[in-house]
Amino acid sequence: MAGSNKINITPPRWLLAELTYACPLQCPYCANPIDYAKYQSELDTEDWKRVLTQARKMGAVQLGFSGGEPLTRKDLPELVKHARDLGYYSNLITSGYGLTEEKIVQLKEAGLDHIQVSIQASTQELNDHIAGTASFEHKKDVAHLVKKHGYPMVLCVVIHRENIHQMPQILEMAEELGADYLELANTQYYGWAHANRDLLLPTKAQFDQAEQIAQAFKEKVEGKMKIYYVVPDFYEDRPKACMNGWATTFLTIAPDGVALPCHSARELPGLDCPNVKDYSIEQIWNESKTFNFFRGFEWMKEPCSSCDEKEKDFGGCRCQAYLLSGDMYAADPVCSKSPNHHVIQEAIDSAKASALADNEKPLIFRNSKNSRLLS
Amino acid sequence: MTINPNQTIKFSPMHRLQWEEAQQKNVILYPEGMVELNQSSAEILKCCDGTRNLAQIVSDLEQKFATTGIANDITAFLEVALKNGWIQQN
Ligand code: SF4
Ligand code: SF4
Repeated sequence: MAGSNKINITPPRWLLAELTYACPLQCPYCANPIDYAKYQSELDTEDWKRVLTQARKMGAVQLGFSGGEPLTRKDLPELVKHARDLGYYSNLITSGYGLTEEKIVQLKEAGLDHIQVSIQASTQELNDHIAGTASFEHKKDVAHLVKKHGYPMVLCVVIHRENIHQMPQILEMAEELGADYLELANTQYYGWAHANRDLLLPTKAQFDQAEQIAQAFKEKVEGKMKIYYVVPDFYEDRPKACMNGWATTFLTIAPDGVALPCHSARELPGLDCPNVKDYSIEQIWNESKTFNFFRGFEWMKEPCSSCDEKEKDFGGCRCQAYLLSGDMYAADPVCSKSPNHHVIQEAIDSAKASALADNEKPLIFRNSKNSRLLS
Repeated sequence: MTINPNQTIKFSPMHRLQWEEAQQKNVILYPEGMVELNQSSAEILKCCDGTRNLAQIVSDLEQKFATTGIANDITAFLEVALKNGWIQQN
């Protein structure tokens, strides 16, 4: 298999536990797979505990509980406690929906280290529109409660064309809420965001302006608030070093137990992603076809295989290469050396045309009905 | 940012300092990040327990490792630690 032998395998450091695909929100940029509705089964508590134990033994230390909305899992406090006993640093990645003060205290006692709350915009109207659910005021309350109970508070705002003009207000809101960390994540165009790209992709001018505002603010709040700024790679000429290299650092477990080198990898053809019900984490990480598929450099094609930058970006993102060029072995089309690079400009032009059109088509919200319709 | 010599220094409650068996290293953990520490940095941070000021940390470490002349290195490291939010004063 591509790149299977003689490659130095580093242990996982990050475990992303996608506890469920269930979510009361309907964000049109959601990174869950479009066809998530067909994966109904969920790992049970004992399965998750075993996964946490095995990954920790290999060296995983950062743990993200995500989803969907992880709060919909009744056993969350039990899993948090298990994670704490094992020595994980655990992060709850939540929309805040359904989070009460009682729950915040309960999770703290179980040993949760931090809570990341996502907010969709700086105004109620836009937040509730994008989330597809009335949730703005509650999210702000949750942010205050997270602080009150001594957690580091991480606010996450996904940036796209519908909210990018609110950048100054978003920054103000983060300051007002007392965020310790602010993640400004420009949308990455996978999953639902890919389907909605014409409506979400900002123009270069919008992006540049927003970035300038964010950078200036970053200096202003230095020492008080840390800002993680995720750039949209459509406006770069080199791709991101996706996942720090395939199966070098990150391990994602999907709700049904499928193990993935990145959360979009189940969309790639022929990978036969293994399930934690059938194999141990060690077998999956070290021996499975999937995790060895794009390890190292042997799988590469030109222009990557002879490129002197391949150790820097590993040829970019496999899922993006597949989504945009139909070839998962190709260079990420974001790279200006890629023969498919023109598809990026086409995407930008198409989004711009859509923004100017008289009757822009509506956003496709992430829900089970649309999931079934589209898959 | 500089260290106030009169105030005690404590490790930030927003971070966690822990020994990682798999890596054979002490690490600092915080939201979405991890810093690997060398042995001397870890020893300094372990002294930041909120009961000692800079001079006391220096003298305790000099005693513990039977050495002298490390005050500058310790101060420089603690300034970096303060700037990164790993430690706090007062
Ligand atoms: S991005 Fe939105 S819809 Fe998707 S899981 Fe998160 S909160 Fe739910
Ligand atoms: S050609 Fe491939 S390896 Fe080289 S910079 Fe572009 S994506 Fe990276």
